Amino acid sequence: MARTLINVPATAKRGEVVEIKALISHPMETGFRTGSDGALIPRDIIHRFACTYNGEEVFSADLFPAITANPFITFTTVAEESGEIALSWTDDQGNTQTETAKITVGQDPVE
Amino acid sequence: MTTATRRDILRAGAALGVLLMVRPARATPVEMRVAIEAFTKGAPVSSGKVDLVLPPLVENGNSVPVTVNVAHWMRPDDHVKAVALFNEKNPQPNVAIFHLSHRAGRATVSTRIRLGDSQKIVAIAQLSDGTFWSDEAEVIVTLPACAES
Repeated sequence: MARTLINVPATAKRGEVVEIKALISHPMETGFRTGSDGALIPRDIIHRFACTYNGEEVFSADLFPAITANPFITFTTVAEESGEIALSWTDDQGNTQTETAKITVGQDPVE
Repeated sequence: MTTATRRDILRAGAALGVLLMVRPARATPVEMRVAIEAFTKGAPVSSGKVDLVLPPLVENGNSVPVTVNVAHWMRPDDHVKAVALFNEKNPQPNVAIFHLSHRAGRATVSTRIRLGDSQKIVAIAQLSDGTFWSDEAEVIVTLPACAES
């Protein structure tokens, strides 16, 4: 399991555009580098990243080897109702990891 | 019976050298165009609407912050559907394709990318009405990624 940092605001106003940030610890091996024995190191990158909001997909990304090691992705979504934001990603070894965050959406303006 | 003279062997060696030179292990502007056409499926790309934010000079090509803003509203019937990034000199022309929906609220995506050389980066946005808009930026990289290999 990769170490991750997920940043989702805990509370938001209804209709507010909230920013979601994800920093995933992953080597993102490009498949173009050679190891100490001269052989190519096989590619191992996160090639798929998706975000669901209460089960509905609101954002997804196809990633290529040009994304840095420990990928950092920022995007936005509209806070529509309280619930769960789930971020999941899949790497070339077939590992899928899901991280979730709770968001509380209030009618009243949030300080 | 003919035997290979020293001159023939030298000539063959030079030809081999040329053959090796014409296929560098990196994408070319042509490959970037092919990748862009695969994304747009041949549709015309206009410039505008998209703002690609990238530092003009970066010291370390292993981590270059990139932000793409698309100045277009995100309504259910009219929104930005996808944002793709392309480069011309990394080993592969594709960088990332982001799929958005109207629930994104704002078409803004940031990430960090690797750059193998000083080059041109292109961002293309696909709107839900099927049109494509683009912006490009030149970057100078003093220490490229993949320099050690």
